[in-house]
Amino acid sequence: MNALDVVLVAALVVSATMTVMTARLLRAVIGLAITSAILTMIMFRLAAPIAGVFELSVCAGLIPAIFISAIGLTRRLAAEELPARQQERLRRFWPLPVLLVLAIIVLTQWPLPIGLPDSQGPEPVTDLSTLLWNARPADLLAQVALLLGGAFAVVMLVKNVGREHE
Amino acid sequence: MNNPNWPIFAIFGLGVVLTLGVGFYCVMVTRNLIRALIGLEVLTKAVTLLLVLCGYVAGRMALAQTLAITLIVVEVAVMVVAVSLFLGIFRRTGSIRSTDIQNLKG
Repeated sequence: MNALDVVLVAALVVSATMTVMTARLLRAVIGLAITSAILTMIMFRLAAPIAGVFELSVCAGLIPAIFISAIGLTRRLAAEELPARQQERLRRFWPLPVLLVLAIIVLTQWPLPIGLPDSQGPEPVTDLSTLLWNARPADLLAQVALLLGGAFAVVMLVKNVGREHE
Repeated sequence: MNNPNWPIFAIFGLGVVLTLGVGFYCVMVTRNLIRALIGLEVLTKAVTLLLVLCGYVAGRMALAQTLAITLIVVEVAVMVVAVSLFLGIFRRTGSIRSTDIQNLKG
């Protein structure tokens, strides 16, 4: 077992936990970007550099920017509301680290009965672009449709915000 | 267990299970809609890692990367549409807490 793998997995889990437990939403978004950056490192470790670049540029760059824009359009908590909300969050989230530690103990002592096949044989198509363009055109069509749908949603959002400001 | 990739699968698989747990817990427990969306993003990170890990141990990296890229695009579209919906809810109710949204309750 490689020590780097253990460090990367620990960083991923700690970062994800801090992301969901932190008090301020902006800090949570920054934690999400850090989680994406760690996932990118894991992807490079697992020989998936192209997916890693997508993860880094989109999930650690674009998504936090959209989240921060959305949070900026909402109302900031008043100072007198903050302690009550923090207490409520603490009450809801304190079992999470305990459950994670329990899960680590259980899964390391009694691993899941999952086996891997001995050999899969050579990969039929090893070139990513050939596979994406020739063998999976439906994926590409779905991606284009999803991106257009997302762009349409953003246009509608900006349009409504502009009307309210007028 | 004879597969030489078993140690890598075991350690990163543990990471997948724990990250899935964190995401599920956040989505189930929180009342803040944006925080629930952040929990959904964490869940998606775990699924992306699972796809890449399965491709690595099976020796199908091209297919795994294709699926991971598709998942990232789906993630962005879902996130953008959800954020626009939440902002619409905020403009109507003045809150992004799920407990304040009762209009669709049957």
